[in-house]
Amino acid sequence: MIELQNIEKSFTGQNVLNNINATFENGKTNLIIGKSGAGKTVLLKCIVGLLTPDRGKVLYDGRNVLTFGKRERLMLRREMGMLFQNAALFDSMSVLENVMFPLEMFSAKSYDEKLQRARFCLERVNMLDAQDKSPEELSGGMQKRAAIARAIALEPKYLFCDEPNSGLDPQTSLIIDELIHDITTEYNITTIVNTHDMNSVMGIGDHIVFLADGRLEWEGNKDNILDSSSKLLNDFLFSSDLLRKVKERGGK
Amino acid sequence: MRKVFARPESMKMFFRQFLREIYQLGVNSIPIVLLISFFIGAVICIQMKLNIESAWMPKFVVGYATREILILEFSSSIMCLILSGKVGSNITSEIGTMRVTQQIDAMDIMGVNSANFLIFPKITALIAMIPVLVIFSIGAGIAGAYAIGMFTGIMTPDDLTTGLQYEFSQWYIWCSIIKSLFFAYIIASVASYYGYCVEGGSIEVGKASTDSVVSCSVLILFADIVLTQLLMQ
Repeated sequence: MIELQNIEKSFTGQNVLNNINATFENGKTNLIIGKSGAGKTVLLKCIVGLLTPDRGKVLYDGRNVLTFGKRERLMLRREMGMLFQNAALFDSMSVLENVMFPLEMFSAKSYDEKLQRARFCLERVNMLDAQDKSPEELSGGMQKRAAIARAIALEPKYLFCDEPNSGLDPQTSLIIDELIHDITTEYNITTIVNTHDMNSVMGIGDHIVFLADGRLEWEGNKDNILDSSSKLLNDFLFSSDLLRKVKERGGK
Repeated sequence: MRKVFARPESMKMFFRQFLREIYQLGVNSIPIVLLISFFIGAVICIQMKLNIESAWMPKFVVGYATREILILEFSSSIMCLILSGKVGSNITSEIGTMRVTQQIDAMDIMGVNSANFLIFPKITALIAMIPVLVIFSIGAGIAGAYAIGMFTGIMTPDDLTTGLQYEFSQWYIWCSIIKSLFFAYIIASVASYYGYCVEGGSIEVGKASTDSVVSCSVLILFADIVLTQLLMQ
């Protein structure tokens, strides 16, 4: 479980995050949603430790990371997996080598066991056939799947996904969403997904946090998001013509 | 710097990266080193013949001067200036691209010391390979001088051989190698620094690449003066 308490962050005097309080439970797919510039990426970077908040606490299972020393922080990072917006696979390595990388760096297992684990992860994301390919030979969706396999190789307790569906078609996005959701429930991981994809919101949003102008505007789940009375959230949700028309027809 | 020179988290991965860099930075540079050195060796030989030919000068002076120029300056300093263009821009663009495509962030999130994993093998590999490149360069330059002597007939191989062997000091070879070790460190560390600190996109990577080559060149020239003064006294 990850808890955020009174998180604040500003850049050159401009507040980007204002007093954010939220709890992300394990076994649930937690989504951070909001318009571009709402502070989603900054919040995710504060959670994973790429940025340090000006105020507040980030608690990983009750442990405040902001008080951690260098060594504790490194140990915590080995419990994390992250899926980046552009997959961030290592260009100089094949798909299998990418998945083997965290195992080779940190696992004390034998080479055969590491190989077996890497192949298991690739099979889990249905990418075993592409294990010898290099990242540039893969489509966007395949790169994301390979990156998920790499992220789960060390059996992380926490999984972070930054815009996992960006640049993907709706069908591939659904596959990636389902994969993230299945892995989260299967391994009881605390997953936080930063997205503005409405399909993800309605499909896998076990817990949703809506940010607007750096504030936590609304918190709930996919079942009650459409009943929200927040004008900012409704404007965000129904900003697409398709959803607006669906809502209008539903209203009739 | 402390992050770069930390103990590698996995020695196996370090040696794998080290061998990869030996190939990429060192072995891949051999053809260009041989090509440039061969032609420059030939040109130096022609220039010496044309400019210092005199009835008062023994013929072997051309070979002697060619050898001294190749060993003392060209194969260490000038070759490293050329390598700062090839190897330096390669290092900066590789690490810079990894930075802007979040591959370095991915390593950091995993808890990998990315500076150590990416930069340390490059520095050690280039330092390990540069003496080999210097020796190859000297050899190719002398071969170029022989080739031009034989094919154009401007001087006999015997005169050239006499000049090349005249008052030969082994220390000059060591000077050349010692200087090149410092230059290798400058190229790998400065180029890596520029790549690692890139912010932005592809334009910034290109700019960092250019800046790193300029900085490497200036530092090599400056270090050349200091090292030559120290080593040749």
